[in-house]
Amino acid sequence: MAVGLNHYLILAAVLFSIGLYGALAKKNAIVILMCIEIMLNAVNITLAAFSLYIDPELLTGQVFVIFTTVVAAAEVVIGLAIIMNIYRRRETVETDKIDLMKW
Amino acid sequence: MAVDIVFWILAILSVAAALTVVLQRNIFRAALSLVLCFLAVAGLYVILNADFLAAVQVLIYAGGIGILIVLAIMLTRDVQQGSPSNKLRIPAVIVAVLVFGVLTFAMVNTPWQISTAAPTVPTTATLAGRLLGEGGFILTVEITATMLLAVVLGAVALMREK
Repeated sequence: MAVGLNHYLILAAVLFSIGLYGALAKKNAIVILMCIEIMLNAVNITLAAFSLYIDPELLTGQVFVIFTTVVAAAEVVIGLAIIMNIYRRRETVETDKIDLMKW
Repeated sequence: MAVDIVFWILAILSVAAALTVVLQRNIFRAALSLVLCFLAVAGLYVILNADFLAAVQVLIYAGGIGILIVLAIMLTRDVQQGSPSNKLRIPAVIVAVLVFGVLTFAMVNTPWQISTAAPTVPTTATLAGRLLGEGGFILTVEITATMLLAVVLGAVALMREK
């Protein structure tokens, strides 16, 4: 069976679900950030696949992938800066011990 | 066909690397496996005829973000504790499986209008025209530049010693 659009979409859904599980179930804030990166990569795969199979001449999907890549890089920088700041003050990166914003 | 075999190899590699990120106890090994997952996705971009995206993926994700995450892991001393799960492990599995089922159902049952036009190769010139040319995404490019400036200033302000 030749590889088509659905194969890429289902692969992206598998990667997204793995990342979602990790982001929900992990304690370490850095691991949660890594799982969010996996989810963003899954979305990028769908955008690139749509770009090839549905709109191969204008490449709008690939333009979107460039923007999401920039936003993901910015998100990692700010997220890690916040995590390092919390670690500097509280000596931990475990999310269930960082409850200072819990009403 | 050769492209199909490459797709299956890269798909299995990326899913296995992502599972290792989630299940590996050692955080440092999880970060290295995340870089492997990024490289497998770069290979998927190559077989999707997205040559520029593959280069961007290797440079920004595997290079930049990978090294940032490894540095952050080394600067926080929680590597020895591993990456344990919290109390919500079973509900998280259920939510992930449900999301996967709904996504797959929606994707398979949507009648996508597959285009028969030949793909654009190489993509770099066309992408530059779409980003910077007339009727393209120039406003978004400007907003992205402003956001990057804000990110640099924000990171410096967050990490500055008091």
